Amino acid sequence: MHPVIDVQGAVKQYGSGDAAIFALDGVDLRIDSGEYVAIMGPSGSGKSTLMNIMGALDNMTAGKYFLDGIEIDTLDENALAVVRGRKIGFIFQSFNLIARTTALANVELPLAYQGIKGKERRARAMAALKVVGLEDRVSHEPTELSGGQQQRVAVARALSTRPALLLADEPTGALDSKSTHDLLDLFDQINAAGRTVVVITHEDDVAARAKRIVRMRDGKIISDTVNKK
Amino acid sequence: MSIFEIIRFAIRGLNSNKLRTTLTTMGIAIGVSSVIILLAFGNGSSKAVQAGIEKLGTNTITIQSNRGGFGGGRASASRSVSSKPLTVGDAVALSDPTTAPDIKQAAPVASANTTCTFGTNSSTPGTFNGTWPAWFEASNTSVSKGTYFTNDDVTEGRRVAVIGNTIVTDLFTGVNPIGQVMRCGGIPFTVIGITEKKGSNGFQDGDSLVVAPLTAVQRSLTGYNNLQSIVVQAKSAKVQDLAQTEINTIMDAQHKVKNVNNRDYRTLNQASLLATTSSSSSVLTVLLGMIAGISLLVGGIGITNIMLVTVVERTREIGIRKAIGAPKRAIMTQFLIEATILSLVGGLLGVVGGLIGSNFKIVGVQPIIIPSSVFLAFGVSVFIGLFFGSYPASRAASLRPIEALRYE
Ligand SMILES: Nc1ncnc2c1ncn2[C@@H]1O[C@H](COP(=O)(O)OP(=O)(O)OP(=O)(O)O)[C@@H](O)[C@H]1O
Ligand SMILES: [Mg+2]
Repeated sequence: MHPVIDVQGAVKQYGSGDAAIFALDGVDLRIDSGEYVAIMGPSGSGKSTLMNIMGALDNMTAGKYFLDGIEIDTLDENALAVVRGRKIGFIFQSFNLIARTTALANVELPLAYQGIKGKERRARAMAALKVVGLEDRVSHEPTELSGGQQQRVAVARALSTRPALLLADEPTGALDSKSTHDLLDLFDQINAAGRTVVVITHEDDVAARAKRIVRMRDGKIISDTVNKK
Repeated sequence: MSIFEIIRFAIRGLNSNKLRTTLTTMGIAIGVSSVIILLAFGNGSSKAVQAGIEKLGTNTITIQSNRGGFGGGRASASRSVSSKPLTVGDAVALSDPTTAPDIKQAAPVASANTTCTFGTNSSTPGTFNGTWPAWFEASNTSVSKGTYFTNDDVTEGRRVAVIGNTIVTDLFTGVNPIGQVMRCGGIPFTVIGITEKKGSNGFQDGDSLVVAPLTAVQRSLTGYNNLQSIVVQAKSAKVQDLAQTEINTIMDAQHKVKNVNNRDYRTLNQASLLATTSSSSSVLTVLLGMIAGISLLVGGIGITNIMLVTVVERTREIGIRKAIGAPKRAIMTQFLIEATILSLVGGLLGVVGGLIGSNFKIVGVQPIIIPSSVFLAFGVSVFIGLFFGSYPASRAASLRPIEALRYE
């Protein structure tokens, strides 16, 4: 069986000449189905850059990326949209909810783009919001929600399509310890259901839940260890 | 994803950004209505000019000599026949009630090109006519202050003058002009009357006018053989055609015209004058075009501005939608529908606003709507709205999600 994620020699360069920055400087990473991986490293080490590439949101300067055995670079716009919508649930560091749109509508959005209609869509969105404990806030708009609540809406949106791969860029950054704990329980549950989870984090107790910890520095992976609980 | 779903998204998008929606719609509406109103205003003033020309004199016929350069191609042909200038005798003959029963009166006109002075002030009248008292009625000119000159003044060749308001303001500020002596071409004329304000017809200031007895003007300024025209007044507008026939009969006899296709005089009636002025009013047409162009530009810039202001926010939103799996086509369709709704609603509001706004007089001019301007304004604004509503969206939809999310 091929890995869910197979990044080979990924290079991401910003700028050129003397001003060139290598956000990724030759990264190889394989993640198998059902793994729970935490990516750690100092600020600016390239974690988000790697995550965006794995989420098919950004391209690489050099290298190859296979998702579920499909080389992402070869896909056209429509195929990419399908991959983003069905295979991946992406949780952004900065939430990225659609402004002036209710929590429910935000969570329904990826389902709508998959052509899921009416009752089923609403039910699945409601279920996802219930999972993150926001069933009483469904008609609130992002500005009417706290940072933690917005993050949970973003999580619900990522979960609503039941993706096989959940990518989360510092999902607990804006949460208190109770919410963090709840969210991590949720990730455990998702992973236990057989889905692959990749989380970027600065916090050791978040990383502690993962089964594998990848450490980055200056655009390179400096260590890749199994987490001994 | 079904088209209905996308339409619902578009409506929800418009609904959730009420300020932007309002501003954009208003931008388009203001653009459209200002074009319609400005053009209606331009059109209204041009119509007002025509009405002004009509007011200058109805049921009058002007006879001009066909000698000289006036007749264009006909001038050279007429040189081969013996051509006579217009004479006072012609005017007398035209005034005969037995041979010309439909002519009320006729007045010969000699025009001088001269400058009038009073003290240190000077003014060059657009029209300086030596004529008979009959001219006033025939040319629809009345004296509001002072008196007309009389037939007696003409017989005696008295140097008296009736002047228009422009001459009054040019020469006689702070002085009552009546009884003052001004000098025109060095010749003293006593002001005896002031004509009622006529205003401008767009080409000529109707108030830059000096009228004096024919004899006095001929003796001192123009000489005796240089009648500019004879102004004939028909008894009514109804008998204008009969009067025209009588003029031709009398003038043909006076001028011994053998071939009616080769007369040495020609007649201009109000209808033909109107025709000439409207054809030569290309100035106004160009002006109208310029107004249209500028107001479309202004409206277009307004719409463009409002559309562009929202590009950053929209681009980010598109980034989010793409990141969660929106196909490019769905995004494009949604934003195109949004732009269409905005443009159509704004355009229609603008048309309504333009139609309402054109009911009000602006500086005394009643705007008259040009139907094609409605379509032009609507079309251009809707096009701009569509373009600037969908172009940034189509660009954003082609970006990688991360690029769109970082856009600023
Ligand atoms: N659009 C960009 N243009 C130029 N440089 C960029 C851009 N995006 C990221 N970088 C650079 O790439 C490097 C890696 O950035 P990245 O966002 O991946 O860091 P990170 O590990 O996620 O940091 P943090 O923990 O603070 O989120 C940084 O040095 C950053 O300055
Ligand atoms: Mg980051």
